[in-house]
Amino acid sequence: MGRHVVLIEDEPNITEAIRFLLMRDGWSVDAHSDGATAVEVIRDAAPDLVILDLMLPGKSGLEIVREVRAVEGLQALPVLMLTARGQMRDREMAEKAGVTRFMTKPFSNAEVLTAVRDLHAQAGQG
Amino acid sequence: MASLNVLAFVCLAYVAFLFFIAFWADRMATRGKSAAWMRSPLIYTLSLSIYCTAWTFYGAVGYAARSGLEYVTIYLGPSLVMICWWWGLRKLVRIGRSQRITSIADLLSSRYGKSNLLAAGVTILAVIGVTPYISLQLQSVTLSFAIFAEADPLRGYNETSIVFWVAAGLAVFAILFGTRNLNANERHHGVVTAVALEAIVKLAALLAVGVFVVWGVAGGVGETLARIDASQIGQWNVDGSRWATITFLAAAAFICLPRMFQVMVVENEDERHLRIASWAFPLYLLLISMFVVPIAVVGLDLLPAGSNPDMFVLTVPLQQGQQGLAMLSFLGGFSSATSMVIVAAMALSTMVSNHIVMPVWLRLQSRRASVSGDVRDVVLLSRRVSIAAIMALGYFYYHLSGGVAALAAIGLISFAGVAQLLPALVGGLFWRGATRSGALAGLTVGFGIWLYTMLLPALGGGLLPEHILRHGLFGLSWLRPSALFGIEGLDPTVHAVMWSMSLNALVFCLVSLMSFPSPLERLQGAQFVNVFDHSAGPRGWTGSVAQCEDLMIMSQRILGATEAQAFFDRERQRQGGRGPLPEPTPAFLERLERELSASIGAAAAHAMIGQIAGGSSVSVADLLAVADETAQMLEYSSRLEAQSAELSATARKLRETNEKLTQLSEQKDAFLSQVSHELRTPMTSIRAFSEILRDAGQLSAQEQRRYAGIIHDETLRLTRLLNDLLDLSVLESGQVSLNITAGGLSEVLDHAVSAALAGSERPLTVKRWPDAEGFRISSDLDRLAQVFINLIANAQKYCDADQPELTVSASASGGWLHVEFTDNGSGVPQDAQQMIFEKFARVSPERAGGAGLGLAICREVMQRLGGDVSYLPGRGGGAFRVSLPAAGEKAA
Repeated sequence: MGRHVVLIEDEPNITEAIRFLLMRDGWSVDAHSDGATAVEVIRDAAPDLVILDLMLPGKSGLEIVREVRAVEGLQALPVLMLTARGQMRDREMAEKAGVTRFMTKPFSNAEVLTAVRDLHAQAGQG
Repeated sequence: MASLNVLAFVCLAYVAFLFFIAFWADRMATRGKSAAWMRSPLIYTLSLSIYCTAWTFYGAVGYAARSGLEYVTIYLGPSLVMICWWWGLRKLVRIGRSQRITSIADLLSSRYGKSNLLAAGVTILAVIGVTPYISLQLQSVTLSFAIFAEADPLRGYNETSIVFWVAAGLAVFAILFGTRNLNANERHHGVVTAVALEAIVKLAALLAVGVFVVWGVAGGVGETLARIDASQIGQWNVDGSRWATITFLAAAAFICLPRMFQVMVVENEDERHLRIASWAFPLYLLLISMFVVPIAVVGLDLLPAGSNPDMFVLTVPLQQGQQGLAMLSFLGGFSSATSMVIVAAMALSTMVSNHIVMPVWLRLQSRRASVSGDVRDVVLLSRRVSIAAIMALGYFYYHLSGGVAALAAIGLISFAGVAQLLPALVGGLFWRGATRSGALAGLTVGFGIWLYTMLLPALGGGLLPEHILRHGLFGLSWLRPSALFGIEGLDPTVHAVMWSMSLNALVFCLVSLMSFPSPLERLQGAQFVNVFDHSAGPRGWTGSVAQCEDLMIMSQRILGATEAQAFFDRERQRQGGRGPLPEPTPAFLERLERELSASIGAAAAHAMIGQIAGGSSVSVADLLAVADETAQMLEYSSRLEAQSAELSATARKLRETNEKLTQLSEQKDAFLSQVSHELRTPMTSIRAFSEILRDAGQLSAQEQRRYAGIIHDETLRLTRLLNDLLDLSVLESGQVSLNITAGGLSEVLDHAVSAALAGSERPLTVKRWPDAEGFRISSDLDRLAQVFINLIANAQKYCDADQPELTVSASASGGWLHVEFTDNGSGVPQDAQQMIFEKFARVSPERAGGAGLGLAICREVMQRLGGDVSYLPGRGGGAFRVSLPAAGEKAA
């Protein structure tokens, strides 16, 4: 089982921080900032995990998740959503759209790493 | 002696003859060939004689034999009405005709706003009130049959079966006579003629018996007078209160009895007949009452003690062996009874059918989908059933009362019952303030007292328990039927009439004064009370020329003399007339009305022509009164409308305020959410990299520097954001204090450009035209510089040209100083140009340093400074114009 992550995040500093963390943990990270092309990127890359921002230029994270879930073979793909909007309603909508785990910014690095490992482990068992 | 069979045959033959007369008279009337005598005052007067029923025929003698001269009151009342109050009757007749009245119930209902409740109430009262009267007829005919039956050896005699057959027979007669003709508005010529004939038969019979008694039995006038003097009758004292009461009752009943109303008002051909009847009818009464006392006296002398004095008219000739005279007398009594029953049943059945059965039937019909069958059949059937039911009521009353009472006593109960209608009737004719509520209340009270003090006690045990009769209702002695409110010792009739009539009238007046009549009631009231002003005389306008002259005078007033004259001339020529004025034909009146309505409006024109031509019974005064009322209502309703408009305006304002508040609250939520997002984003980077710096061991010095630099930049970004937020909040709340100073535009721009470009990594060339910048301005120069810096920094950030260039130019026009910032990039996309001044609006997907508050702050600042900042589309690049009020002239 591979350790390949696609990261969709429009804030370059955050992208850099996550890339640093995950690469050190042994992941290959494929980072993009545009929402509009995210679905194709994910489909083509067939990653083991997706980390997604909620508010993206071009297409919102929720829409991306819905479209990804509609693609054959990606229904079980673990998706970790990171967002600066942490209201209860946003979380509910995200879960409804098919997000596997939801995290509010600002997060601690340890949390992100734990979440990523958990999701990866669950997906491996499933 | 005639056998019962012969008697029955004579009755049938007599009825057949009457029927033939009625049929013949109807035929003549429908063919329009009716002889003049059929429409004469004589027939009218004779038809009024249905007042004289079997009570008068048989009962008066009995009354005289029992109570002496008191019987005269029964004749005195109607005579007084006819002689002294014929003008009142004329009013009644006029109203009856102009309002197409079919019965007394119809009259009262019509007067009091066409109330069906009142009509039904009056109908019930009349039916109950007249029931004893019908029973009286049954009793007298039965008695007369019984007189013959007792002498008939061939037959067993059974009173009950006689009563039944008499009732059934009378019902059949009444149905045959009364319901042949359906239209109640039409007059029953046949019935009236038959009634007139019966009036002659009963008068002739009574006169014949009287003549026989005076000259055949007593032996002349002198002898008779001597006998009268000798008998008790001449010596009885006159009880003043009873006389007054009964005279009043007879007068009231004469007006209010349904059958009297039928012949007097409904069947009236011509109201001038009343003038003749006003003396001819009292004369008839005089004739028919002339021999009452002689017959009574002779009867008391001749017949054995204990024989019924009510039957003296029959038994005296029989006792004297005068079979023929007895038969004539029997026929006279039979005539009195049948004519009364027929007309009463006819009048009552019309009332029951029109005011009780038909409303109920129609309501039932309307509940079903459609009216099925012929209404005519239903009306006929309901009238026939009503007649049968009324006769059945009379029959049962006879049974309940035991058939033993004196005829006069029964008659007085009926009189007192129908007399309850008098206050409402007379009030309705002469008092415009009388109201429906008053009439209903008065009738209810009067009728109730009459039931309690007169009818129920007369019916004896069973209906009214003994203890109530003795000790009063609820054991209250002042509620005893014979001594209401503790007034004792009065004659029962006087007592009952006094209480029922006085309380009836009192309640009627009080409730009328306290209640408010409906507009329809007012209109009807005016038409009833002022009927002579509103309706045409007996023959309408006699000379059509006179009528046309009036029309001419009126038209001249409205149209002007010349124009009216021209119109009338034109009309005359159109008619080909020879006279000076046109004939008032309907076509002419219609054209005149149209001509007038152009000047004074349709309604007024119609009323005026109607007033003169007599086609309308509504006077202009009435119309004006109604119009006034309408105007009041309109005013009232417009006031209400204004109030409700005001209310709805307030409601709209509240709704708008509420919407605004909701909107504000939503905006605040969205703003907070945005702020939260904008704060969290740099904080995420700061936290992530500070944790990396803390936790990760082997970082190169370059990495350490780089990550610390990111933390530093994001901290600055946070600071900027907070500063912008604070700035915006101060600006928006209006609490900003401006520091207005004078200065040169050029200096402000110098400062702004150098501040914006300081420390910038991206190159931006700023082109300026110092010669055109020589404006003196008076403003908050720091704030103005803030705006300029913002615009320059935006160009620096967003201008996507390879060699970014910003042109700054200043110009003045129309009291305004414009400073334009135009770059050479691709500019703001058209769909985003509207929103760039909103908070947190960011057009470019690329990272921008700010939180999207810059332009919002610029706009706020410029508005505080009395100017504006706007985007200029179509300049080839991003272009913003800052406008300021020009404070001074261009510096030299």
